[in-house]
Amino acid sequence: MSDQSAVVGTVTEVFPDWFSPDSRPGYAGYIVPSERMREAAGYLKNRKHFDMLTSVTSADYFPEDRIEMVYHFRRSTGGEPLRIKCFLSRVESQIDSLVDVFPGAELQEREVWDLMGVRFTGHPDLRRILTWEGFAGHPLRKDWKEPFFEDEIKPYKSRWPEGKFIRAEEKNPLGDNLCFPPGFDPESWVPDKDEILYKSMTRVAKAGEDGMDSDTIIVNLGPQHPSTHGVFRMVARLDGETVVDLKPVMGYLHRNHEKIGERNTFLGNMPFTDRLDYICSMSNNFAYALAVEKLLNIAPPERAEYIRVIMAELTRIVNHLVANGFLMNDLGAFFTPVLYSLEEREFILDFFEAASGSRMMCNYYRFGGVVRDLDENMMSMLKAILERLPRKMDELEKYLIGSEIVRIRSEGVGILTPEAAIANSATGPLLRASGVPYDLRRADPYSIYDRFDFDVCVRYHGDIYDRFMLRIDEIRQSIRILKQAVRDMPSGPVLTGKPQYQVRVPAGEAYGRVEGPKGELGFYLVSNGKTNPARYHVRAPTFINLTSLAGMSRGNKVADVVTILGSIDIVLGEVDR
Amino acid sequence: MKESLNSPGVQIPEELSGLVAITTLDRIYNWGRRNSLWPLMSGLACCAIEMICTAASRYDFSRFGMEVMRPSPRQADFMLISGTVTKKMVPQLVRLYNQMPEPKYVVAMGACASGGGPFKEGYSVVPGIDKFLPVDVYIPGCPPTPQALLNGLMKLQEKIDHQALKTDAHWYKKDGSAPIPVPILGPDLIDLRKVEQIRLASQVQQPASDADNNEVPHE
Ligand code: SF4
Repeated sequence: MSDQSAVVGTVTEVFPDWFSPDSRPGYAGYIVPSERMREAAGYLKNRKHFDMLTSVTSADYFPEDRIEMVYHFRRSTGGEPLRIKCFLSRVESQIDSLVDVFPGAELQEREVWDLMGVRFTGHPDLRRILTWEGFAGHPLRKDWKEPFFEDEIKPYKSRWPEGKFIRAEEKNPLGDNLCFPPGFDPESWVPDKDEILYKSMTRVAKAGEDGMDSDTIIVNLGPQHPSTHGVFRMVARLDGETVVDLKPVMGYLHRNHEKIGERNTFLGNMPFTDRLDYICSMSNNFAYALAVEKLLNIAPPERAEYIRVIMAELTRIVNHLVANGFLMNDLGAFFTPVLYSLEEREFILDFFEAASGSRMMCNYYRFGGVVRDLDENMMSMLKAILERLPRKMDELEKYLIGSEIVRIRSEGVGILTPEAAIANSATGPLLRASGVPYDLRRADPYSIYDRFDFDVCVRYHGDIYDRFMLRIDEIRQSIRILKQAVRDMPSGPVLTGKPQYQVRVPAGEAYGRVEGPKGELGFYLVSNGKTNPARYHVRAPTFINLTSLAGMSRGNKVADVVTILGSIDIVLGEVDR
Repeated sequence: MKESLNSPGVQIPEELSGLVAITTLDRIYNWGRRNSLWPLMSGLACCAIEMICTAASRYDFSRFGMEVMRPSPRQADFMLISGTVTKKMVPQLVRLYNQMPEPKYVVAMGACASGGGPFKEGYSVVPGIDKFLPVDVYIPGCPPTPQALLNGLMKLQEKIDHQALKTDAHWYKKDGSAPIPVPILGPDLIDLRKVEQIRLASQVQQPASDADNNEVPHE
């Protein structure tokens, strides 16, 4: 997997001649003129069976007058992604929206508009998504500076190597993380009152069967709400108790991951990836390490590969346990089932802590391996976990599946059809519970997953119950992989080369991805040969999975919306980044 | 009844010990408050996961009387700011705080809530909740371990122990505590207490690119 061209290398399709190959060194994929992008997307979907638009992002090549739109397409039958780019001018920065071809582009295009300022003509609802209406500027543009801006890249001269530092507040005229446009008058400012948001929602004024006029009402759930799994907000239009339309509102945990990531050194980003999906730090490390390794063209040693797989699968178990536990919360089984989940999680966290030094924020992977070896003690901890877990899973399954309430509330609720799942670019358990057996570990294998014997779990009803059961199935498969990995693990070094603080990364681009517990987690990196990434984009699975939320909720009762959200399994650190 | 509740120096007959305590009003008042600290159920970011772990069986903060997480601010005693506070979220947090009845406390859990943490330099991050709310206890860590969180919460209990009704209980005073103005979202976050400063700063502001284009990579 260290071969750079492997990203798109084996796509040996014949495309029309307006697909020109991207021949810059270190780059791959095809370039399409921006005015033909919509046509190209339709062509790829209908004629070449690239039916999933995995990721939509952009990169700013300031000081050149160029923003590149970067699209990754996939086939739901498997294979490597196809990368298509469009060059836009920074001033006009406009392109046709792909939402009517690929509905999965909806939230992603809003993100690009918000952070990069690219306008998508024909987008049904092009509003800010991670910042707020009225925010000044588009932060991911290279010439946009944050209020605490100190230098383009880290480590800052004020802090290193001398070690003295200036508090960022001291340099800011307001003594705070604030910056207002020149001439701004706070008193004449009219804040956004969400009117546009409410107006954008389907309105059905209907006369009821009994002749009574009934109107719909708008209900806000969140951002501070016990059921929303973090600071997430849903705006629902209700007719009685039935959801007519629903809009997710996010950004309440937008921590500027990508902007900070473009200032950090490559290695400095590793601990930041921990904080993306903070339940699954190890898989985040994994994807990021794979992306940088593609750029560096190195591969980890054998033993490290096994350790990586072990950590990634344990993370999957942790995530699915927690997800299912909290789903039970949403069903009304408040906090008792989740206690059982958290109990199992603690055993695994102890193992993580022994290996990496931290329970949650592991920061364990390095480019070309992992940071520390596992010793005998840790291996026996791991074996004890693998001994215990299957029993506990049986127990959990017995209690929960036998429960009538669980079944009544989840069977047939929140249905996502396979067609809709693919069109919405859903990945992970959400996609597989809808009957699409698509798992990157098989569909586009990475690391050493081709060596293990495991089944790609799939369920066919696409409802909450299937998503719940699918996670239990996947835990069982992960245990299977873990047992094989422990059995086959060779001895040897765990890191290629010597540990480095500052890696020199050749110029180019790379997309590293793993089948994370929540779906395809990808990192799109552009390096210009310096010590920090020129572009650092995270393809967050839960962010994109949320595209399906509105469709799954329509027609259901408002109480079910909470469980539907729970069954998607979101983590706001990753949704908002 | 806890032995320590009895004021030192007061002798209680043998047969009544364990049934009767003679104590001060302050002590019994604080004893009741410190042992039923109900947190507001609100998780912000990664730290919230450790907060949940602390509530779960292994660490179990119900041992200290904190297990009754309240979804409504009207019933909560303290607010645990468990994670990064963003500019988009802070109006809601201030509003929640204003809705909590006195006496109320704020615990900043983790580096982010205390001072911005790893995300301090981010353009939409509030570098520390203390820019808006009065914080009683800061807990270091990223995330603080459940042990550290428990330690922080016990510090809050200690603080309560030392509050005297006569001098510290400002919540019984007539003027009480004024609500904190809820900030609004403009081109950036507008703190209504700083309107004048903001206007002045945006009058004299020069473009923020004087330190521009320093392309020399650090070694
Ligand atoms: S202090 Fe660390 S763990 Fe806590 S919210 Fe901030 S980044 Fe997350």
